Amino acid sequence: MAKSTPVKKAWRSLTWLGVLVVVLLGTLTAGVLFSNATWLPKLALDLEGGTQIILAPQVENGQSVQQEQLDQAVSIIRQRIDASGVSEAQISTEGSRNIVVSLPGKPDQATLDRVKSSARLDFRPVLIAGGPTNQVVGADGKATPAPSPAPGLQSTPSTKPTNGSDLAWVTPELQAQFDAYDCKANAKKTSSSAPTDKPLITCDDKNTVKYLLGPVEVKGQDIKDASAGLVQSSQGVTTGQWAVNIVFNDAGTKAFSDVTTRLVGLQNAQNQFAIVLDGKVISAPTTQAAITDGKPQITGNFTETTSKALADQLKFGALPFSFKVQSQDTISATLGTSQLLAGLIAGVIGLILVGIYTFFQYRLLGFVTIFSLVVAGVLTWLTISLLSWHYDYRLSLAGVAGLIVAIGFTADSFIVYFERIRDELRDGRGLESAVEAGWGRARRTIYASKATNLLAAIVLYVLAAANVRGFAFTLGLTTIIDVIVVLLFTHPTLQLLARTRFFSSGHPLSGLDPQALGAVYRGAAQFRAPTAAVKAGTAARSGKEAARRQTIAERKASELAGASTSSSSSDRSTEGKDS
Amino acid sequence: MASRLVTFGNDLYTGARSIDFVGRRKIWYSIAAVMVVLSILIPVIKGGFNFSIEFRGGSQFQISDVSNTDTTKAQAAVTSVVPNAVSHVSVVGDNAVRVQTDQLSEAQTREVSDALAKAYGVNGSEVSATFIGPSWGADVTQQSIQGLVVFLLLAFIAMALYFRTWKMSAAAIVSLFHDLIITAGVYALVGFEVSPATMIGFLTILGYSLYDTVVVFDKIRENTKEEMELTRRTFAESVNLAVNQTLVRSINTAVVAVLPVASILFIGAYALGAATLRDISLALLIGIIVGTYSTIFLAAPMYSQFREKEPAIRKHDQKVLSIRPKAAAKTPADAVAAGAE
Repeated sequence: MAKSTPVKKAWRSLTWLGVLVVVLLGTLTAGVLFSNATWLPKLALDLEGGTQIILAPQVENGQSVQQEQLDQAVSIIRQRIDASGVSEAQISTEGSRNIVVSLPGKPDQATLDRVKSSARLDFRPVLIAGGPTNQVVGADGKATPAPSPAPGLQSTPSTKPTNGSDLAWVTPELQAQFDAYDCKANAKKTSSSAPTDKPLITCDDKNTVKYLLGPVEVKGQDIKDASAGLVQSSQGVTTGQWAVNIVFNDAGTKAFSDVTTRLVGLQNAQNQFAIVLDGKVISAPTTQAAITDGKPQITGNFTETTSKALADQLKFGALPFSFKVQSQDTISATLGTSQLLAGLIAGVIGLILVGIYTFFQYRLLGFVTIFSLVVAGVLTWLTISLLSWHYDYRLSLAGVAGLIVAIGFTADSFIVYFERIRDELRDGRGLESAVEAGWGRARRTIYASKATNLLAAIVLYVLAAANVRGFAFTLGLTTIIDVIVVLLFTHPTLQLLARTRFFSSGHPLSGLDPQALGAVYRGAAQFRAPTAAVKAGTAARSGKEAARRQTIAERKASELAGASTSSSSSDRSTEGKDS
Repeated sequence: MASRLVTFGNDLYTGARSIDFVGRRKIWYSIAAVMVVLSILIPVIKGGFNFSIEFRGGSQFQISDVSNTDTTKAQAAVTSVVPNAVSHVSVVGDNAVRVQTDQLSEAQTREVSDALAKAYGVNGSEVSATFIGPSWGADVTQQSIQGLVVFLLLAFIAMALYFRTWKMSAAAIVSLFHDLIITAGVYALVGFEVSPATMIGFLTILGYSLYDTVVVFDKIRENTKEEMELTRRTFAESVNLAVNQTLVRSINTAVVAVLPVASILFIGAYALGAATLRDISLALLIGIIVGTYSTIFLAAPMYSQFREKEPAIRKHDQKVLSIRPKAAAKTPADAVAAGAE
């Protein structure tokens, strides 16, 4: 007998799930065997410990360190660590001078450099600007990677450059280096230690343009203030355009005046003045006029947020001191494995309780819930392990708690679904059609509610700091896995179970017993007066929906009278049975 | 047990048994108002929240040249001086122990230093004490709050688009604030620490509360759409029926969500002594219970109230009510079903 479509669909869904698990498991196994992946996810600072770095500010000639400056430094370091993708770092001040940075695990050299490098902001004139890749369009019109610079190219300017914009800075060697420079490949390098009196090859912070910049002409510490504001026309009317206003001190005013006077007369690219923070160009405005009063205004495609962000970077990036590493130690976990173990034991006990409860509530259907949770658990473990291998995702205690709460969210999808099926059974449908109709209704609810969770996860991930990001990630991940499990496991399994004799005959242990659910009684009004009679009366009087339900229910009742054990047999006979 | 809840569910579904969530809304509103006021007053009376070292900064002790780096000794030493102090102890390098506690007074700092030196059997000069700043700075908190505001706005818009009425969004967001305020109030009352873990617990509650409301509101949307074409029930009655029909799901989901969290709170925290777990699981436990409660007792009645005054719904309700006495005269039993007792 040919299989009917729901069965085919169900098997197809289960096959997809199997493929998904095999692919994830295969990737992880390959990672463990041939790379540095681990079977279990990496742990965060609070559970595993890590590296503690104490940074002492280097202050010139006896200047004192203000608390405010220290806080700014903490904020900048946090931004940098967030940007490097390390989650769950801790940064605090110690005493009135030092900054303590704790990073989970053994951070690599690039991350350490990023933490240690001073927040330096400089202004450099642009010599050449170009595309972000090392692709060069050759004579044949095809783009090919530029070759690495050949050794022995001329590396000193043939004539002494007269100023920062002089193209004499661009030696053949520098030009070759520039051509071979690829923004993406160098994205994680920060070169704040680049010599200030030499040209610099770098990109903007979004890696969309690469620049060859002249030597530093104005230092960031000469910025007195920077703020975001709306552009005012000469009549004092706002134009609705956002801009960043900078105020220089005396030295900065002088230097800025000299440079802009020179740049304004130059051609495009060379008339741009790049603002370089920690070796990355954060903005490269075109000089429109010589600014002699030390109060330049940067305009462009700013929104309120982006102008504010640039103003903050200009103001806070210009810290007057750099940091020296005072000590670097490994540090043990503050919570330790005993806490993790406690959490896991408690979680397992909780899961057993959930199992017992769902068994009482849904009888054998409860096993579908447990199996679905197990499938969700396996998928979560696989994805988290893969993510911690590839993206350095780390599980903190809060993350573990998030996963345990996810049990509730995930189980709710099944509960919503089961209850809708029961509702359909109460309306007198046969089990197979109740599963399909219940799924149709439950699906909408599940999608809508999971979308809310996903929205929360995405917004928090995009906007919040790293510690919250880890949580948002867990929430988003479990939500997606939850939907996958309902779609590819729970629903297909029920579709198949609905065809087994045990469930379709409404065995009392199946959890879908139409008699216990009151479906048959309600149809046979005489069994349960007066409430049942009321229902019948009401339904008969009102619209078509109720009328339809009533007829089915009545049919059920007569069927029951005929053969109480196979009450839904007539429903099924036309569709054929899964064999 | 199961069969009783199933029967209960059957009766709720048919309307044979019905709990009047919508009609008695004044009672529920009053309870909510009292709870919210209490939750705001408690922290004020108790002098604010007990913020953890990650927010306020605190004292840090470093014991160098230690032969046995057993961290429990440090915890015991700190609690011998300050009984309620929560301390984070970790081993630095091979032979140093770092202890971070809440901000201590100068006298306490000296006592703790002595106690630590004694506990580890080192010279007093090997213990250094200093102040550490908050590692969860104002900027992290501010960023999280920004994220929250954006989320609430987007959630409001998304729900308004999905449900085709902003009134559901409004009711959901109001009950969300109710949940957050009460959870915060319980925290102040119990005096548990507000740590980063707690903040994450709060964010989870936010998600759960909204999630639970969306599930119930989706049933309300389904029911009210069907019923508006019929003349069986008034708008308030069909909202109430929807809440009753999803009541078994609400109870089951809440129990399933609470069981693991409660087992962490009681087994993990009290039996095994894990303070961070305790902080986060308390926030979650209260949040889940209050979140489930507020959807049923606050969000649904509020939504009904928001909509009842709309002309189309008022017209429909009047029609339903005008038919009802006639029908009742015909078959007396009808009144029982219609008048959701």
